[in-house]
Amino acid sequence: MNWQLWVYLQTTPLFWLTATIGAFLVADRLSLAARRHPLANPVLISVVLVALLLWLSGTPYKTYFDGAQFVHFLLGPATVALGVPLYKNFALVRQNLLPMAAALLAGALVAIVSSVALAGWLGAPREALVSLAPKSVTAGVAMAVSEKLGGLPPLTAVLVILTGVIGAVIVTPLMNALGIRDFAARGFAAGLASHGIGTARAFTVDPVAGVFAGVAMGLNAVVTPAMVPLILPWLIR
Amino acid sequence: MLRGVFLLLLCQLCGEALSRSLSLPAPGPVIGLALLAAGLVLWAPREDVDQTDVGKAANALLASLSLLFVPAGVGVVQYFDLLARYGLALAVALIASTVLTLLATVGVFLWVKRRAAA
Repeated sequence: MNWQLWVYLQTTPLFWLTATIGAFLVADRLSLAARRHPLANPVLISVVLVALLLWLSGTPYKTYFDGAQFVHFLLGPATVALGVPLYKNFALVRQNLLPMAAALLAGALVAIVSSVALAGWLGAPREALVSLAPKSVTAGVAMAVSEKLGGLPPLTAVLVILTGVIGAVIVTPLMNALGIRDFAARGFAAGLASHGIGTARAFTVDPVAGVFAGVAMGLNAVVTPAMVPLILPWLIR
Repeated sequence: MLRGVFLLLLCQLCGEALSRSLSLPAPGPVIGLALLAAGLVLWAPREDVDQTDVGKAANALLASLSLLFVPAGVGVVQYFDLLARYGLALAVALIASTVLTLLATVGVFLWVKRRAAA
């Protein structure tokens, strides 16, 4: 290829938008070929592919995001879109209100306490602990919590994404090993522990799991920001 | 389809407006989710919701939900040095805490469900 043409193209939003969707199509193919094995997570594979491309071409993240932002923007409408499967399964969700409320409080509490206590015990500094506390909540909300309490919002964003990928990879083998077949419960746990990325995984496993994951993600986006400021003073001295 | 996309954006916009003006703890898109679900319950479409404009738009978006996390995911690369600085402590905490959170959530969910049924 003409070198100057390449130099021009790789600075355009068009190139990186196309590359993002292309990388995802490849990743999705691989994931399907691996029969949706949890380790062949399409988000994880796409991120590695795109990151490799950025590194090889020496492209800064900002240039990449100028193109990728059009995909990123759709996260908001996609969250709203979860209202449709929620409506379809409204009766089932209503039957499970009590278990959901209890699991929501327990899960949110364990997510905050276990992460902060463990990292603190392993010697992570204060700002890292504050940044870690809201890690199970969707990125925008978690960053706001982190900023308000003196954490580092960019570090929080990274921890949130990693938590999403870890949860999406672990949830299926963990639940299978425990012999849990209640997909409402499995999905709820996936969405609570690892927000949207866990929800995306839940939808590929079972539609009911997807619905409960979406509900858990939405509810946790309310509960964790309320809980973190109350608990953190007890965990960090 | 266009009407469906418009409705999704409208719900998000109203959610954003409510979240800001009433300083609600939930972010705009989550309130938009609740608005859409409540709207569907009130409207109660006669046909299958998947056949409605909003249903088609929503399902099209949700079919590629994983794709939407890629741009933010690539952002992780930018902060590898930040992550390396805090290193192992954070990695161990993330993995262990995610497993514990999954266990606590699913455990309490099933326990309460069983007690409620008994």
